[in-house]
Amino acid sequence: MLEIKNLHVGLEEEDKQILKGVNLTVETGKVHAIMGPNGSGKSTLSYVLSGKDGYEVTDGSAELEGVDILDMEPEERAAAGLFLAFQYPVEIPGVGNMTFLRTAVNAQRKARGEEELSAAEFLKVVREKAKSLKIDADMLKRPVNVGFSGGEKKRNEILQMAMLEPKMCILDETDSGLDVDAMKLVAEGVNALRDAGRSFLVITHYQRLLDHIKPDVVHIMADGKIVKTGGPELALEVENNGYADILAEVA
Amino acid sequence: MAALDDVQVKEGVDQETVDAVQSVGGKYKYGFETDIEIEYAPKGLNEDIVRLISEKNKEPEWMLEWRLAAYRRWLQMEEPDWAMVDYPEIDFQDQYYYARPKSMAEKPKSLDDVDPKLLETYAKLGIPLKEQALLAGVEAPEGDRRVAVDAVFDSVSVGTTFKDELAKAGVIFCSISEAIQDHPELVKKYLGSVVPQSDNYYATLNSAVFSDGSFVYIPEGTKCPMELSTYFRINAENTGQFERTLIIAEKGAYVSYLEGCTAPQRDIAQLHAAVVELVLLEDAEIKYSTVQNWFPGDEEGKGGIYNFVTKRADCRGDRSKVMWTQVETGSAVTWKYPSCILRGDDSQGEFYSIAIANNMQQADTGTKMIHLGKNTKSRIVSKGISAGKAQNTYRGLVSMHPKAQNARNYTQCDSLLIGDKCGAHTVPYIEVKNNSARVEHEATTSKVDDEQLFYCRQRGMDEEEAVALVVNGFCKDVLQALPMEFAMEAQALVAISLEGSVG
Repeated sequence: MLEIKNLHVGLEEEDKQILKGVNLTVETGKVHAIMGPNGSGKSTLSYVLSGKDGYEVTDGSAELEGVDILDMEPEERAAAGLFLAFQYPVEIPGVGNMTFLRTAVNAQRKARGEEELSAAEFLKVVREKAKSLKIDADMLKRPVNVGFSGGEKKRNEILQMAMLEPKMCILDETDSGLDVDAMKLVAEGVNALRDAGRSFLVITHYQRLLDHIKPDVVHIMADGKIVKTGGPELALEVENNGYADILAEVA
Repeated sequence: MAALDDVQVKEGVDQETVDAVQSVGGKYKYGFETDIEIEYAPKGLNEDIVRLISEKNKEPEWMLEWRLAAYRRWLQMEEPDWAMVDYPEIDFQDQYYYARPKSMAEKPKSLDDVDPKLLETYAKLGIPLKEQALLAGVEAPEGDRRVAVDAVFDSVSVGTTFKDELAKAGVIFCSISEAIQDHPELVKKYLGSVVPQSDNYYATLNSAVFSDGSFVYIPEGTKCPMELSTYFRINAENTGQFERTLIIAEKGAYVSYLEGCTAPQRDIAQLHAAVVELVLLEDAEIKYSTVQNWFPGDEEGKGGIYNFVTKRADCRGDRSKVMWTQVETGSAVTWKYPSCILRGDDSQGEFYSIAIANNMQQADTGTKMIHLGKNTKSRIVSKGISAGKAQNTYRGLVSMHPKAQNARNYTQCDSLLIGDKCGAHTVPYIEVKNNSARVEHEATTSKVDDEQLFYCRQRGMDEEEAVALVVNGFCKDVLQALPMEFAMEAQALVAISLEGSVG
């Protein structure tokens, strides 16, 4: 599904390398987790993959289903099936959540040459999906993320994911700012979307999210590289001993 | 006949060319020109021109005198220069002050007699000049609201729809030139009573040379049975459009009035100096909505309409209420301050505005709320959007007079910048002459945020769609104040006006 080879990325504005040769393959239908200390380059990886401005790829490649995505516009990557659940979902005052969702869904359908969803069809689907995420009608009407609590924002991200039905989902620190109950709800939402045709890359600092979203593969990232890869037990090791031991071991 | 055929062939060719040009590079949808024979008054401005306009409109002597007084006054006035707009000096002698399609020399008796080319023009602009529902003898289906239209083409009114049906309700809706002939007592009483002849340079010029416009009279206790609208179209070259609108709402009357404007795409700037007067007696209510989409000039700032407009409502009666809503997307230069004189006790004035300036456009617009009566209330919501190299200024006055006990005003002024070469300016004037008055002013300036755009694009929208969405969100408070049909149009217009503003 996603194949990253020797990816080197620096900041556009200043002379600073952040990713220093990332190699990563996420197979179709699998859930991979990336863990790592602050500043290791986890979020940068998610931004570079989704096409945010401000980064410069100096070497390497990233392919989604065999197609190089690094030269694509962000919306083209989205239409190709890449989705990023933001660590800090953005507020858009005055734009209703529903309007936003519908514009996004139809923009992607249009880009893929599919017919746009009618208002009625759309409403039916969105209500169904919102219900399972405990998102009420009021939240659908309110402006995008404005005045939402941390938990509401993250649930809203998952709702967008459910509506857009991407192939490759990147979750950037989706657990940050969530209490246990909210995290469970979000994890349930994600688990409901797990599917043989859909892959996940779950970026997290802590192991606790992985109790709820069980990964197939866990990677440890440090100083812009994947330094260790293992099964779910690797996350537990981090939980018990912290990153220091692992980093010392690979150094 | 042969000659006529030639003309028709040529017209066909022209139209194709125009369409082709539009589909290739034209972003301004209404930039086409109607190929029609036009009768001009001689170029320039003097007393004879004023006399000629009056004569063309078959006006009584008192009207001519009124015009001449305005003209003489205008000669002694100077063009104002306090607004934040910069444009080459206007040569007032290098303009035509009167242009009318030849086919309109004899006023058509009904819409059926109007030159098909003119009807075609309006059809192309999406303005229905046919009373289809009425002609078919059936009631319009529910939800399909009918709108009566007065269509003004260059200097003359082409026709007014639903006149008879409105007359049944006692509503007078006609061109101002007809009103001067048919309802002189009303015109004499109210014309210039809100915007005096001597008010300002452009209003005085308008008083001297206005050629047509709309007239509305809503009798006591009457709710106008449909929305009224005027559609202004400038077609002739080097011609100024000077229209005059007068709306009178008697005690307890209500009307919602819409105004739309477009002009062909030309590289020489054209002048538009209009005056709108609204008179509200006790408990009357007027909603006045404008979607202004004059040609804005090209990307280098060549051409476009200079829009110098004086609009004012006089809430004479107690508890009267006026609401101005404007969406200003066009014009090279906009100079416009729809105002409310809150004279009656408990009267209310509201002003909702979206002003978009892209490329080289300049807008200096806002409102004046003059609180004279007790417990008067006003509300101002202004959304200015600047893109390209445009300059956008909000200029507003809130004045609380000594007798305006417990008067209140709330002002919210938001500016949005797209890119880093444009400017937004807010110039609020506040005068408070009594201690019981309350004035609140909030102002914000923000940039279209890269994070917001990236968020939208990650969800699949392209950059322009993303900007349009964010900007429409920014304007929501104002868009909501527009009548439904207008709101949809305005929303689309916001997106079109900002095309090419990012990237």
